[in-house]
Amino acid sequence: MDVIFFIFQQTMFFTIPLLIVALGGMFSERAGIVNVALEGIMTMGAFISVLFLNLTQDYLSGQGQLVLAILIAMVSGALFSLPHAYAAINMKADQVISGTALNMFAPAFAIFIARIIQGVQQVEFANTFRIVEVPFLSNIPLLGGLLFRNTYLTTFLGILILIISTIVLYKTRFGLRLRACGEHPQAADAAGINVYHMQYTGVIISGALAGLGGLVYVVPTSTNFNATVSGYGFLALAVLIFGQWKPMKILYASLFFGCLKAVSAAYSGIPLLNNMGIPSYFYKMIPYVATLIVLVFTSRNSQAPRASGVPYDQGAR
Amino acid sequence: MNHKKKTRRSSNMGLASSTFAIAIGLLFGFIILLLSNPTQALPGFAAILTGAMTHGIKGIGQVFYYATPIILTGLSVGFAFKTGLFNIGSSGQFIVGAFGAVYVGIMWTSLGGIHWIVALLAAIILGALWGFVPGLLKAVFNVNEVISAIMMNYIGMYVVNYTTKAYAPLFNNLRNESNNVAVAAQIPKMGLDKIFVGSSLNGGIIIAIVVVILMHFVLNKTTFGYELKAVGYNRDASKYAGINEKKGIILSMVISGAISGLAGGLLYLAGTGKHIEIVDVLASEGFTGISVALLGLSNPLTILAAGIFIAYLMAGGFYLQLFEFSTEIIDIIVAVIIYFSAFALMVKLLIIRMNTHKLDKQELKEEKAKNKKDIHRKGEI
Repeated sequence: MDVIFFIFQQTMFFTIPLLIVALGGMFSERAGIVNVALEGIMTMGAFISVLFLNLTQDYLSGQGQLVLAILIAMVSGALFSLPHAYAAINMKADQVISGTALNMFAPAFAIFIARIIQGVQQVEFANTFRIVEVPFLSNIPLLGGLLFRNTYLTTFLGILILIISTIVLYKTRFGLRLRACGEHPQAADAAGINVYHMQYTGVIISGALAGLGGLVYVVPTSTNFNATVSGYGFLALAVLIFGQWKPMKILYASLFFGCLKAVSAAYSGIPLLNNMGIPSYFYKMIPYVATLIVLVFTSRNSQAPRASGVPYDQGAR
Repeated sequence: MNHKKKTRRSSNMGLASSTFAIAIGLLFGFIILLLSNPTQALPGFAAILTGAMTHGIKGIGQVFYYATPIILTGLSVGFAFKTGLFNIGSSGQFIVGAFGAVYVGIMWTSLGGIHWIVALLAAIILGALWGFVPGLLKAVFNVNEVISAIMMNYIGMYVVNYTTKAYAPLFNNLRNESNNVAVAAQIPKMGLDKIFVGSSLNGGIIIAIVVVILMHFVLNKTTFGYELKAVGYNRDASKYAGINEKKGIILSMVISGAISGLAGGLLYLAGTGKHIEIVDVLASEGFTGISVALLGLSNPLTILAAGIFIAYLMAGGFYLQLFEFSTEIIDIIVAVIIYFSAFALMVKLLIIRMNTHKLDKQELKEEKAKNKKDIHRKGEI
């Protein structure tokens, strides 16, 4: 039983950041703007918020500090996504170009600033955020062990964001308008929707969530930040496409990937797998190979938001 | 005549807009230097601009040496862009290519004079194979090439790390990296060591330039290249026009992967102490290739220039450490240049649109005048 709890907790550490960032990407793409800058925005959000953790660790600790860091990560991610929004929406630039520029900028900026402030590029922080057990709830059989022991605030935040995203996208006027802009912006415009406004909102939401995802990725698995989120932004992009741009499918996709990733990272702690004597590299490869195979069977009818990646030109018909 | 004038004008405009982006990028870099350390900013900035030439001809040689792999990864990504595909998998193709070259370079020592050629062929074949998979999945199963290429990057990295470690002759246990390749497997200098005395430069740059010219020719002067580009512009229309669009997609990715693989082979056969390190980090050359391709507007010849330019800045960046700046400022500058090159595209389009508008008006006027004449003539009859 302990093994199952252990795998589940590990799965959450990998799944939640992917889920949050992919949901962010979803808001951008469903508004018609491709966001390949997720990796860079994650790096930037993680850098600024971990720097905050580092600078305030003498005065603050625990969940209060984490909540502040979460807010800072979201704001910095949102701000950092603005250049992408400006290039894609106002300048009608190729969205891959400005996204790539942001991806390149963020880690370089993080290293440069960290060196200036403290001499080395690793930003250390004290991890005081683990919740050993939630009172009362941790005593629920099975569920208590799975969700409410050895957990982080960010896990619940991820689930909350999933629920809110689903409701916003499908049950609100805003969500309908956002989706309209990603499918047929000319029609949306004709119906009186301010397309540029909606697209800006979509990109800014994606920036805020990607920035948050950066922090969520770093906090449970490390005690320092070294100017990289190890390709998680690109993986989130993959999860977004794998999840067919729909919130619940994105959850399944990130759970699928996160679970395999957890097994590959923690297989030595699982007696059955450890005794089989398979080289560790095979476990490391499994998540990527499995994703490829699943894609072969699920991509036939895969359809991106129709106007995604096409700059909206009000004058075009 | 008129047509010729027009193309020349638009290529000038491309140059102008790139210059605009580069100027803003350098200015931005200078401002960052100024903000972080005002007294050292000016000499630091001078180091970026002229550092590459500090050691004269040797320095220039180093620039070409750094440029070789990124020209090719840039060409790989740019070629795929031309055919409507985003090959984000250059990194994986690069490292499996490097592995193929290193494997042949260490194991097949009985080949003699053609050892390095066979090693490069191995790099090309493995790179092509790594590009073939996303191409096939895209053409047959409609799998988005971006996500399959990302997966192939990681699979390639892990396969290379595992096999390098598993084959004892390949692996240097003490340094946790691959062993030296045989001397016969190193890329010959092709006389370049006589010109660029003291630099690490070898024949790799010549091979890279030949491949650039070859791809320029294929894309612009052959039916095959025309068909690939047509598939990129509109998959359905080219299918309707009788082009085998599935074959086109697969071939594009195979060629793109082969070029990235060649880039890996050339770098790791350079005989400059470059080894495959067993670390779980994707090869950065593939991602630099995306920048080079974007800055070079996906045209082979301008990609060549963009690759040399970025290598020039990188070489200058090493001298920045003398002034206590970290070399990451170069990445910041290149990022800003790429960002504004996206703007420049828009600016260029605007100018073109204005020009054609003018042209249209002129034509309209002429036509009206002609019509008037015709009516006049009719009246006479």
